[in-house]
This record gives sequence, C-alpha cells and structure tokens, in this order.
Amino acid sequence: MTLNWKSFLTIAALSTAGAAFAGGHNATAEETAMKVRKAHMQLFSFNLGILGGMAQEKAPYDAQTASIAAANLAAMASINQAGYWLEGTDTSVEGSRAKPEIWTDMAGFEEDNADLATASTALAAVAGDGLDALKAAFGPVGKACGDCHEAYRAPRN
Amino acid sequence: MKALRWIVILLLFGFVVGWLITRAQPLPADALDRLTGDSARGQNIFAAAGCASCHTAPDDASGLLSGGQVFATAFGSFVAPNISPNPDQGIGNWTDLELASAIVNGTSPQGSHYYPAFPYSAYNKAEMQDVVDLIAHLRSLPASDVPSQPHDVGFPFNIRRSIGGWKLLFTRKDWVLQDAATSQLSRGRYLVEALGHCAECHTARNVLGGLQRDLWMAGAPNPSGEGRIPNITPAGLLWSEDEIASYLKSGFTPDFDTAGGEMAAVIRNTSQLSDDDLAAIAAYLKAIPGIEE
Repeated sequence: MTLNWKSFLTIAALSTAGAAFAGGHNATAEETAMKVRKAHMQLFSFNLGILGGMAQEKAPYDAQTASIAAANLAAMASINQAGYWLEGTDTSVEGSRAKPEIWTDMAGFEEDNADLATASTALAAVAGDGLDALKAAFGPVGKACGDCHEAYRAPRN
Repeated sequence: MKALRWIVILLLFGFVVGWLITRAQPLPADALDRLTGDSARGQNIFAAAGCASCHTAPDDASGLLSGGQVFATAFGSFVAPNISPNPDQGIGNWTDLELASAIVNGTSPQGSHYYPAFPYSAYNKAEMQDVVDLIAHLRSLPASDVPSQPHDVGFPFNIRRSIGGWKLLFTRKDWVLQDAATSQLSRGRYLVEALGHCAECHTARNVLGGLQRDLWMAGAPNPSGEGRIPNITPAGLLWSEDEIASYLKSGFTPDFDTAGGEMAAVIRNTSQLSDDDLAAIAAYLKAIPGIEE
C-alpha cells in the first residue's frame, strides 16, 4: 500500500485531534490531578448526602447505613492528598476553582483538612448510636467542609 | 453683556442647587420618637442584616466588631470600620439618631456621606423599629479599641460630596418586586431587598457602581477576583424552596456540596434565622423574574 505525504499528515493530524478529544490518554499530570481531586470531593459529597439526608430528616435514620457512610468519610479525610494538589493547578487554570491561597498558605489548608479528619472520625464513632448522636456530630463535619471552602475555593466561572 | 450676566446667575443657581441636593442628610430629629430598642429582637436583625460578616476583623473568630476587612472594588479599597461600642474607636459616643442616620441614610455624625460599600441603599427600606432594635443590640456587644483604618480611594471618588450625586441616582426606596401578594412574600422581600442586601453581590452594577435593577439577582462578576457570583433568579437557581431554605440553614447544597467563599460568612448569619424567615426568602427568590445570564 502506498501512502503519500499528504494522507500521512492528514491521518496523523486526525489521530492527534482524536486523542485530544478523547482526553485521558494524553492528559497532563495537572489535568489528572484536578480530575482526581474532584472525584475525591464527589466521594465526600456522596457519603455526606447519606448522612445529611438523615440529619435533616429527609431520609429515615438507619444505624448501619449511617455508620458505613461515616466510616467512609473518616477514611477519605485521612487519605494523604499531597499527590494531587499540584502547584500550578489553581484558578489560573481553566476548570480549577482552587484558590492560590492553598499553596501560599499550605499549613492553613492542611489544618482545615485535619479538622475534617477529626470531625469525621468523631462522627464515625457515634453515627450508629441514634439520630440525635448523628445530628450532634454531623454539625462539625459540615463546618469543616465550609471553613475550607470559604478560604480556599473560588466561585464558579 | 446682559446675556452673560444671566448665564453667570444661572450657573451660580445651579451650583447652589447642586450643593444643596448633594448634602448628606441625617434623619429628621423626631425620626425615633416613641421608639424603644429591644436588644433581644435586635440580635435577629443583626443576623438578618449581616453586620458581622463585614465588620469583624479578618480571621477573627471572636466576633468583635473591630473592623479591618478590606473590600477591593473598581473604585478603590474600602475598609470596614470599628462599629463596636468603644467610645473612642467605635460608635459608643454616638446618639441613637446618629446611628440610625448612618444605617438608613448613609450619613455620618459629622454630616458627610458614607461610601455605598456600606449598604444603606438597602437598609433605607428597613422598618425604624428594627433599626432601633439593632442599635440596642449593637450597644450590648463587647467593645474593641482597634482604630478604624482609612479607605484607599482615588480621585474623583475621594470627594465625598460626589456620593451625594450617587445617592440621588441610585438610592431608591421602592421595592424591585413590586407585587408581593402574600405576607410571606412581603416578609421575604423585606429580608432580601432591605436587611439581607443580597443584591449587593448578586446583581451586576453599571459603570458608576449603581445596581442594574433590570438584572436583579442575575449574577455578577466576583468583586474579590475569581469566578462569578451566581445567578439566583428562577432561571439560574433550580433548587426547590425547601432546598433553598435548607441551604441557608445548613450551608449544604441539595447534593451536599457546601457554601464557600463569601457565602460561607452569609450562611453564618442566615443559619440564625427562623425557619419561617428562611422559607420567606426562598419564596421571594422563586417569585422574582427569571433572568438568563
């Protein structure tokens, strides 16, 4: 089979465009980091939704479900995330809402995350002990989420 | 020569009228007659009006109203002053009428205009009973001796008199939602348009910094930098009334994300409001015209 230069270049260009369109395959380390930490946040919100629905009495309280969700939260909050808060992935990058303060005030950012680990571990210890115990321990978890988002997350574009 | 004389007279007349109508005006001397402030009620007004969000020092969890937060805008940087009851640095020596004039008219005890970073163009719709209750509550709070810092505002906005013109153009006493059919809607309108001053961030401004009422609550650039303050008209905010009220109470969105940025501070205020008041705010937000951005 003969392949002239023109068609070779066309195929090369199309496959490059295709790969870029499909994403993933040639994602940069920064893009991957942003994708992974958004996934991390989604796992938080999924488990928070289970607990929050019960705390706000929009879903019936179930001790076992609550315990599992709270244990998940505590585990998620204890994961070392250093690998995906890469410098250069702040709001200057399309699609990122991470404020530059994360990197200029890393100690404060880590402290907020430690607060979440503490609050969610405390929640996991009592989430199975009834609705009142869940409600009381859920508040500090929400506060930890909000404190960090207040200081380190920008509004959507 | 006769024509020239008339022109000079007219110019002088215009100058005098301009000078008079741009004066900073206090409330009438009898504005607070027969009103007595109730500090306990005032605590609720204080939360609804969001005073602490701006007047506490940055990163100060104590709640002292010592001022110091900086608000960067296109017109310069404004620094919230000390409004604690300290007699030297705060409002301790002010009369009730001076405080009410500041809150409702944006007029200082010295008779000059405050910059509209202070949302008197919303507070001017507050009930006078609520204002005296708020003042009673302010006087009950702990004092701070931290001095207020000067604003950093360039020419021509550093000429306070020019704010008199701004007030004439942009300070209005009529409601944006003119038809509040139920008592719940009129309560929600009062909380949003008067005390809560939500539009200050959620409504876009024109080149002179006046709110664009035809774009009421349709979102705006974030004055402090990145991102946009969201559209909360029915076209932008698709949550149910229950979900809106629940968010203002807990800070959680329906999918259990949380409020962030300046809104986290707003939630610290709205979380203190009654369920009825939060439902009223939610009803109001569903009643205003939906505006696509």
